[in-house]
Amino acid sequence: MANIQQEISSFLPEATFVEGTILEVSVPDAKWHDLALYLHDKLHFDYLVSIVGMDWGETMGCVYYFTCTADNSQVSVKVETADRENPLLHSVTDLWKSAYLYEREVYDFYGIRFINHPDMRRLFLRNDWVGYPLRKDYNADPEVNPIRLEHEAVDDTTHAIVETPDGKLEERTNTIFAPEEFVVNIGPQHPATHGVLRLRTSLDGEIVKKIDVYCGYVHRGIEKLCESLTYPQTLHFADRLDYMSAQQNRHAVCLCIEDALRLEIPARAQYVRTIMDELMRISSHLLFYATFCMDLGATTAFFYGFRDREKILDIFEETCGARMTFNYYTIGGLMADIHPDFQRKVKEFCAYLPGMLKDYHTLFTGNVIAQQRMKGVGLLSREDAISYGIAGPSGRASGWACDVRKNHPYALYDQVEFKEIVRTEGDVFARYMVRMDEILESIHIIEQLIDNIPEGDYALKMKPIIKLPEGRYFRQVEASRGPLGIFIESHGDKYPYRLKINSACLPLVGGLDPMCRGGKIADLIAIGGSLDYVIPDMDR
Amino acid sequence: MLFDFSIVTHWIDNLLRSVMPGWGALLVEFVLVGVALLLLYAVLALFYIYFERKVCAFFQCRLGPNRVGPYGIFQSVADMFKILIKELISLNHIDKFLFNLAPYLVIVASMLAFGCLPFGKGLQVIDFNIGVFFLIAVSSIGVLGILLAGWSSHNKFTLIGAIRSGAQMVSYELSIGLSVLTMVVFAGTMSITGIVEAQNNGWFIFTGHIPAIVAFLIYLVAGTAETNRGPFDLPEAESELTAGYHTEYSGIHFGFFYLAEYLNLFIVSGVASLLFLGGWMPLHIPGWEGFNYVMDCIPSVLWFFGKAIVISFIIIWFKWSFPRLRIDQLLRLEWKYLLPLNLINLFVMVLIVIYGLHF
Repeated sequence: MANIQQEISSFLPEATFVEGTILEVSVPDAKWHDLALYLHDKLHFDYLVSIVGMDWGETMGCVYYFTCTADNSQVSVKVETADRENPLLHSVTDLWKSAYLYEREVYDFYGIRFINHPDMRRLFLRNDWVGYPLRKDYNADPEVNPIRLEHEAVDDTTHAIVETPDGKLEERTNTIFAPEEFVVNIGPQHPATHGVLRLRTSLDGEIVKKIDVYCGYVHRGIEKLCESLTYPQTLHFADRLDYMSAQQNRHAVCLCIEDALRLEIPARAQYVRTIMDELMRISSHLLFYATFCMDLGATTAFFYGFRDREKILDIFEETCGARMTFNYYTIGGLMADIHPDFQRKVKEFCAYLPGMLKDYHTLFTGNVIAQQRMKGVGLLSREDAISYGIAGPSGRASGWACDVRKNHPYALYDQVEFKEIVRTEGDVFARYMVRMDEILESIHIIEQLIDNIPEGDYALKMKPIIKLPEGRYFRQVEASRGPLGIFIESHGDKYPYRLKINSACLPLVGGLDPMCRGGKIADLIAIGGSLDYVIPDMDR
Repeated sequence: MLFDFSIVTHWIDNLLRSVMPGWGALLVEFVLVGVALLLLYAVLALFYIYFERKVCAFFQCRLGPNRVGPYGIFQSVADMFKILIKELISLNHIDKFLFNLAPYLVIVASMLAFGCLPFGKGLQVIDFNIGVFFLIAVSSIGVLGILLAGWSSHNKFTLIGAIRSGAQMVSYELSIGLSVLTMVVFAGTMSITGIVEAQNNGWFIFTGHIPAIVAFLIYLVAGTAETNRGPFDLPEAESELTAGYHTEYSGIHFGFFYLAEYLNLFIVSGVASLLFLGGWMPLHIPGWEGFNYVMDCIPSVLWFFGKAIVISFIIIWFKWSFPRLRIDQLLRLEWKYLLPLNLINLFVMVLIVIYGLHF
């Protein structure tokens, strides 16, 4: 880390540093794009993990998190602007393509406009929303933003702010869809979008020419809500993000808070958390199998996947009392001890599932139609996967070893033995197979732990009011669909000053357009299914 | 040996002619036949809906309908009643005439083809010398209805569904036509009765051996595609186009498409049993008199429906096992593989007929 600090300070002497688990660099906006270029090209920070918009009162700005995929070193950069009336920062979409959606999100919540970003529209809120809700001076009066009953206008153009070579700023209008294009709305109510995602798709016959993604149909403002809730209260939202990886999401929030408090979690809780995370991953991948096969028209496979997922939900129900939103992890451990039958049932399930997986492969994977629909479709190179931030199983299918469990182990992942499934084809079939093989790896992890759960406390005794020490904390876990990051900025209160959830699914839809271009409509459905995004996770 | 239903029909005919002039008798017969066909059509559709729901339920580890009546057998009656009393939602910005016409075209095409089938010995609406040709001709009208439905609905999804359907049905019509032609060459007649009678000493799939089996397989594939069923259900691919060409239809207009889809399944299976499995002809093996006698004891109607339902079961089996093809793969399958294969097969069949190489 000292090395990175030296290199950056020799490149940019005015940069200031704050040391922590992740080095934080502060730069003025004027030098930001130069530093970004240096980070990207010279220091090989090729993966933009997150952009966190911030309102510090006096100033507004962003905190960027970068990872170098070669050695997994991390760095964060803080950029500020003091102009609250017309805040402008330089865009980094030209370097990291995932910034395209992240910067639009920051614009949506904070009104910070990004110079040279080609498309400065809101991402989650309506076009006619008044104000920027995550600003600290936001007017939350319902009179300002009443419930609107009419449709918002859909524009085929967008605005951008561009810096000319001589340093002047210019407003531009960019075209998204030309008037003569055949644009089809796929979603928000559509069987294959797995929720309320809207893809405006320009078609030429059956061929997809361009996709414009509209998010926000289940935007619940979780980040805004968290700012007025105590830390234990914020946990409950985690289950409601990606409900297919509810346990892992909650694990991320707990980890971030426990990290800040420097808590040591009882061993029993660590074991149970790891097992629960993996069970959740299996259930999510089974659901993926079900819905993905359904998208390709194999309806019978759908029922098989759901039948076996049901068994996991039964196990969860016994211990957690719920089948969807478990509310099981708490800060310092678990909400309750495991059910006496838990170990027996999990072992039975681990013995049962591999046989079923063989059936799955006979029914669907080996089918010649399925193979033709999957192989060579929706190609994503490793470079693109990193640039678009498509991590998780989808990234690993493109040859990017991005598993947080391996790169930054948490819980017991450094003590169990498991393979990181990586394939190099980068097509739909690879994404499918990575998930199917990960089910087996998860079973392998569970089998190593299930007999060794130590006796003892399942939770630490915590005070009802938890105050985090001042600072910025960022933790990631490997959720079912990729890394879920939790960023907390604490000012020492019992409420987080800012809690940002870095969704695993948002970058996936960012990569939808390049993957689908030139393919057929049916390919779009197959690619969407193979990316396996969950809308409440990206919309938050 | 087999009961000849023409005795009954001739008796009715003579009875009518004795009490009224010839044209009056004909008129009454038209009405009788129409009512009988409509009834059979509706009952068969109800049966098929129930049959498919049960079969697919067992494939999918479910029970299927089991609440209305014993084993849920009245479920589809209840569904039919529901669809009859449903409102026909009227839409703006559509071509009302074409929109309302489309379901009738589809159902009329399917009715006409249905009328050609030989349900039993002597149990046939009309037996004329180009029966098979007529059947192929009328079954092609359905695609017009589907195209109109998609076009007049003023909806981009239905339009894509209709265009897909048009491309698919026009392509697979070729395969159906050619495989039927292969069997016509073998039978030497286009008369439906003639084809059935020709199978008295063994069904065509046995006597015509290799080219007949190839034609049968091609016919099965093309027939599945022709009925827009999985794995060829692209026109209504629900995960891509919500419901394809009939997305905007409601009530009984949707019901017509739905009925026609199931009845087309029956028609395709019925024609397959006619051309390859002897229609209503029982299984005869030359020389085995005792066996043939026993087979003849089973009524011809049962033979026909039994064969049709077995073939329908195979087509239903396809649908619930296979994923859906993509449009380019679908067309490639037809134009690059099935069509050349079919032409070669037809040529082989001609050689076999010329040189008498069949059984």
